Amino acid sequence: MNIDLNTKAKNTWCPGCTNFMILTAFKNALSELITEGKIKKDNIVVGAGIGCHGKIADYVGTNSIISLHGRVVPTMTGVKLGNPNLTAIAFSGDGDSYAEGIEHLVHAAKRNSDIKLFVHNNQVFGLTTGQVTPTSNRGYKGKSTPQGSVEEPINPQMVMLASGATFIARVYTGDLPFMTQIMKKAILHKGFAHLEIIQPCISFNDTRDYFKERVYNLEENSPKNDLQWAMQKVQEKERIPLGIFYEVEKPVFEEQL
Amino acid sequence: MNKNQEKIYTILIGGQAGDGAREAGVNLARLFCKLGYYVFASMEYPSLIRGGHNFCRVSFSKEKIFSDYRELDAIIALNQETADLHKNELKKTGVIFFDNNINSIIGKSGQLISLPITSYTKELSAPPLARTAVALGAFCRYYDLPLLKLNEVFTDIFGSKAQINIDLAQKGFDYLQDKNFGQTKFPKTDKKIKRQIIDGNAATGEGMVAAGMKNYIAYPMTPATSVLHHLAKQAPKYGLKVTQAESEVAVINMVLGSAYSGVRTATGTSGGGFALMTEALSMAGIAEIPTVVVESQRPGPSTGVPTRTAQGDLQFVRQILGEFPRIVLAPGDQQEAYEIGGKAMNLAWQYQLPVMVALDKHLSESLANADFSKIKIKPEKIKTSKCGKNYQRYAFGADGVSPLCFPGTKDTIVKVNSYEHSEDGLITESAEMTQKMFDKRFAKLKNLEKEINSFKGVRIYGDKKSKNVVVFWGSTKGAVLEAIKYVKKPVKAVQVLAIEPLPIKSLLDAYKGAKKIIDIELNHTGQLAQVIAEKTGLKIKNKILKYDTFAFEPIELAKKIDKIL
Repeated sequence: MNIDLNTKAKNTWCPGCTNFMILTAFKNALSELITEGKIKKDNIVVGAGIGCHGKIADYVGTNSIISLHGRVVPTMTGVKLGNPNLTAIAFSGDGDSYAEGIEHLVHAAKRNSDIKLFVHNNQVFGLTTGQVTPTSNRGYKGKSTPQGSVEEPINPQMVMLASGATFIARVYTGDLPFMTQIMKKAILHKGFAHLEIIQPCISFNDTRDYFKERVYNLEENSPKNDLQWAMQKVQEKERIPLGIFYEVEKPVFEEQL
Repeated sequence: MNKNQEKIYTILIGGQAGDGAREAGVNLARLFCKLGYYVFASMEYPSLIRGGHNFCRVSFSKEKIFSDYRELDAIIALNQETADLHKNELKKTGVIFFDNNINSIIGKSGQLISLPITSYTKELSAPPLARTAVALGAFCRYYDLPLLKLNEVFTDIFGSKAQINIDLAQKGFDYLQDKNFGQTKFPKTDKKIKRQIIDGNAATGEGMVAAGMKNYIAYPMTPATSVLHHLAKQAPKYGLKVTQAESEVAVINMVLGSAYSGVRTATGTSGGGFALMTEALSMAGIAEIPTVVVESQRPGPSTGVPTRTAQGDLQFVRQILGEFPRIVLAPGDQQEAYEIGGKAMNLAWQYQLPVMVALDKHLSESLANADFSKIKIKPEKIKTSKCGKNYQRYAFGADGVSPLCFPGTKDTIVKVNSYEHSEDGLITESAEMTQKMFDKRFAKLKNLEKEINSFKGVRIYGDKKSKNVVVFWGSTKGAVLEAIKYVKKPVKAVQVLAIEPLPIKSLLDAYKGAKKIIDIELNHTGQLAQVIAEKTGLKIKNKILKYDTFAFEPIELAKKIDKIL
């Protein structure tokens, strides 16, 4: 079945931006899940923060709410508090969620709010034309750090594991089918899902070659409920694992009220 | 003062935090209410958990009263400090009830009534908090009030745990009986009248519930916290969800998400929390999301004096980032708090914009009589349309209000946006569309201004023909309505209840022919006078401003008004 998920919006991402891969994967994931009868199109709410990622809400033909910078997570918690039947998928960026809004991630994970958070992690502020973010590498030279950043990056997956998120995964924009497959799993997860999408910014932080050489997919049958293993895996740096690190079931916040 | 005016009596009960003075004061207020009096009870306490000086002051009368008074008929002192701090406020005939374990209370003979409060409490192995029951029992004996009614209060409040309070009250009652004290009596009332008492925060919450609120989301902040407490307690009864979030920023964004999903939602906070909410309230403006925020003011700036009262946030709550229509309403008493709680929720959903309800600590936490049966609140109809394929969230129309559909509706896409947007909710940077959207949002004001007049955004009391006018807003209403009973010249009292939009015509009508206008506010700069000057060009020269963190006292205020008139 062909599900129409297009909108009239004119796409304003840079030509060749890896966000197009995310958009395609997401539309494919939704289309397949709707066709398979696993979710209802009318019930989908796409949330977004502010940044290049946020425009995705305009490009997907579903209900959507473009929130404020850093605040998409509480906005979506509100959506679920209002109507727990809705499928709440929130898009965010590394600046949006790991800088301005990180408090909300910790608490949404802690309460296991039924939100799927997809973070476009390009390790740079793109829309504001290239500044350091919490995931930028030490030494990153941007317009606000011309001598190079002196801060170590955070590992968002570690933060999420420590906060109690019940689904933790990572994908790379270079592998469309795998990204689609993990997105589908995240959407079907009941509870707070954190999906980090490694997304090279071709204008301000082109890391395509760096990641292409290092990423690898976790094995299908790798452990899913082993916190220690997951913590080890998400910290690997020489080679960068992709896939689901952690997946457990816990009571969902909005359904207990 | 009018000769026919009923006398007003005032009792103060005080102790250190943790002594239960506030709870006992509330029970005293409930007792007078049960006996058919009108009451007003205010609470004073410092920002700490144990120690400090807490008191509750209860005034009551056979006629409706709007404020408590400073002059006292009795003090119930649970500690030395209460007696020391307040004995100069006693009337000539006033008495002090005190625990006989305090041995250094100095007073005139016949003024001091020593009670074995702590020893009786120990004797009955009662929890220390229950000891105020001894004092209340003795109080009933002294003033010839039926102990049965006090016991009813205990049963209403404590249920199956009431017995220990009843026993302690009996001991206190008998103690004075045996001592053969002379009895003083209050004027008799018509006991058939049934009234309730409620504080401003609970009343506001009840009003919002009556208007269909199903989600209340908040972060604790004095003096708005008891809205959260009251609603959390009542939640199962009302089918209400009450959520405490990680910060005011989280709270307000959750409120927006919840309202977008189609559920009537509100929050409550004080000035500091409101400051954190303003960015999202601006989003409520552009995204046209119905939002209600209760802002209970306390003295600022910043952390200020957290447990006291002020009206310093009026300009702040009306000045949220960006240009868009918003509503600011300020109820003046508990009855109006209920009315405005409901009104705020309905207006937010009828006009799809943020509504701020400005309370202050004095209104939020003081108890007074209210009769909700006199005010009809229901969830008013919202504008909706045929949802479906052609739905556009921001469709243009004559009155600026686009029909609402919600996510989860068949074949309907609801797109909302903090960016400027076209009718379909998609981002726009078109100059023409941006301007059209501004005009659309501001088109709501036409009907809104009519609406504000229809529920009387300006209310007039006192001598309506008088050329001496006092103007005020919020909880100051209480002290003003009491004060004008004592002011030598007749006074017309004008309450401004709708701050945004300001009912300009009603206000100018109220001023017509005025010789002297006095602005009365609990702030340093006369913010209501500023708003009136901004909107009407009328400058009020005479101002009675107070910013010492306490509410106006009626007699004191009357003297200040006299001086100007």
